Amino acid sequence: MKIKSSVSRKIFLVLNFIFLTSLALLCVLPFINLLAISFSSKEAVTSGKVTFLPVDFTASSYSFIMQSQAFLKAVGVSVVRVILGVSVNLLLIVLTAYPLSKSKQQFRARNFYSWIFVLTILFSGGLIPSYMIVRYTGLFDSIWALILPGALPVFNMLVVMNYFRSLPQELEEAAYIDGASHVRTLINVVLPVSTPTIATVTLFSFVSHWNSWFDGMIYMRTVDHYPLQTYLRTVVINPEAFFRNTANLNGDLQILLGLVNARTTNAAQLFLATIPILLIYPFLQKYFTTGLVMGSVKG
Amino acid sequence: MKIKHMTMDKKSISKIGKRNRLIRELPLHFMIIPAFIIVAIYSYGSMLGAGIAFQDFVPTKGLFGSDWVGLENFRRLFALPDMWQVIGNTIFISVSKMIGGIIVPVVFALLLNEFKSSKIRRSLQTMVYLPNFLSWVILSGIFIDLLSPSSGIVNGVLGLLGIEPIFFLGDKIWFPITMIITDIWKGFGFGSVIYLAALTGIDPTLYESAVIDGANRWKQILHITLPGILSTIILMTVLSMANILNGGFDQIYNLYSPSVYATGDILDTMVFRLGIERTQYSLATAAGLFKSGVSLIFILASYYLADRFAGYRIF
Repeated sequence: MKIKSSVSRKIFLVLNFIFLTSLALLCVLPFINLLAISFSSKEAVTSGKVTFLPVDFTASSYSFIMQSQAFLKAVGVSVVRVILGVSVNLLLIVLTAYPLSKSKQQFRARNFYSWIFVLTILFSGGLIPSYMIVRYTGLFDSIWALILPGALPVFNMLVVMNYFRSLPQELEEAAYIDGASHVRTLINVVLPVSTPTIATVTLFSFVSHWNSWFDGMIYMRTVDHYPLQTYLRTVVINPEAFFRNTANLNGDLQILLGLVNARTTNAAQLFLATIPILLIYPFLQKYFTTGLVMGSVKG
Repeated sequence: MKIKHMTMDKKSISKIGKRNRLIRELPLHFMIIPAFIIVAIYSYGSMLGAGIAFQDFVPTKGLFGSDWVGLENFRRLFALPDMWQVIGNTIFISVSKMIGGIIVPVVFALLLNEFKSSKIRRSLQTMVYLPNFLSWVILSGIFIDLLSPSSGIVNGVLGLLGIEPIFFLGDKIWFPITMIITDIWKGFGFGSVIYLAALTGIDPTLYESAVIDGANRWKQILHITLPGILSTIILMTVLSMANILNGGFDQIYNLYSPSVYATGDILDTMVFRLGIERTQYSLATAAGLFKSGVSLIFILASYYLADRFAGYRIF
């Protein structure tokens, strides 16, 4: 009886392993396929020979992209956006979370402000009014249109606030008795012990700025100002767009043009856009569980 | 004890005096003001701006110069021939995603939990989390290629099995199904994190005593594991109710086409086409406001239920 159950258990574990591994492969193989296409020759891709390994290995798609202005310009916009956006997000998150982490005795307006911020999670005016506000505040076609409307990610702020509240009261009391101001307490006492939660919201903020495409599409008037994901949408929706102005390309590019097509260059561009996410992936895995669990800490 | 401590606190505060207290609190106000201004302009400004749903809005005249028309826009909205179709599509897609988005992560977490080796667990997790962190623009690019009826790998495999190519993104029947499956594919790995966390919280001695009582693995799952994560499942279900009118704009907008509007057009994509593409600002705002209003009711109900049954509060 005992032996029988352990045999069936082993069979189960093997089947379970096979099942979960296939499921996991299903999540990764599309990206492997993308990578393979980006490093394959145009002929191999067109004839449908490419699955998970490059056929006729070539990096021409990458050389072609690197010499086209459009892709690099969009990367530039995205880099500026991420640096500005994440800094503004972090600054406002910390500056807002700290006062709100005080008790009502310490900060009488706490509940008033809390409600002001939380109500924005519950209700929004919708797409068109938000669009009009950005228009009336004169941000059209400016990088600030991508940063100011979402400058305070309220949910992330609540995560940080909950973390601040969970810190031992004695820390801040000691700082207060030593005569430290609020700003000093925040910078020298609270922030140094809050690195995990700050890391979590930094990563969230990074991913959200890097991945945003919709705001770029509606607020930017010129394609030159498109962040990377917005630009990528134009080539995904209209693959040939990338090759529209090929007539006046210089000699080197004309040679490359014979080696690549829309599928290989699209694959290469999409893959390059995932690299930043892959780079921070180990940190994402380390911190996002903490973030999720912290977000549900009862305040 | 606590009350005594508080009254002492109050006494000492009154000793310091009201003025000192204000001075002590002033920096806290200054810290909050930048975020307050931003939120006042961009969040509350847009809530106020939703007033254009009750106007015949002309951008050059602005919110205060345009004519008020009462509920006329809502009447026109619900008189649109496809309005009810769009609401139906939205609810069908969002509810299907919601159900799949609960069941698949729970099952995945339970199956993964059967492995004791942290090496296996971690490498599987690393793989399934990946799609969650990529934008729908990138994923659309990948799926348009993979699902293409002429050159896509998926149809290539189906061809080997003798199945005719399926136009997943261009066929009225297949489009919503494809949206539901790819959305679950993107989110189930990350969605399982919260259940895995709940699973580690189950007291291991419960399993030990179950083994002594002769319970097999299946009985243990049924009577210990599932009840152990039930409150988390309820919480996630309740919270997902708030998305009842969220069909998933990012995904659908990047993958749909006029040939699948009949089954694939959702409220958000309709608002976008009405408002941004056809500049029917008032009508689109009315549609958006309808969505926000219904969502608000569901969010409040879900938070109430989450607090009631799972003791969850967002702040």
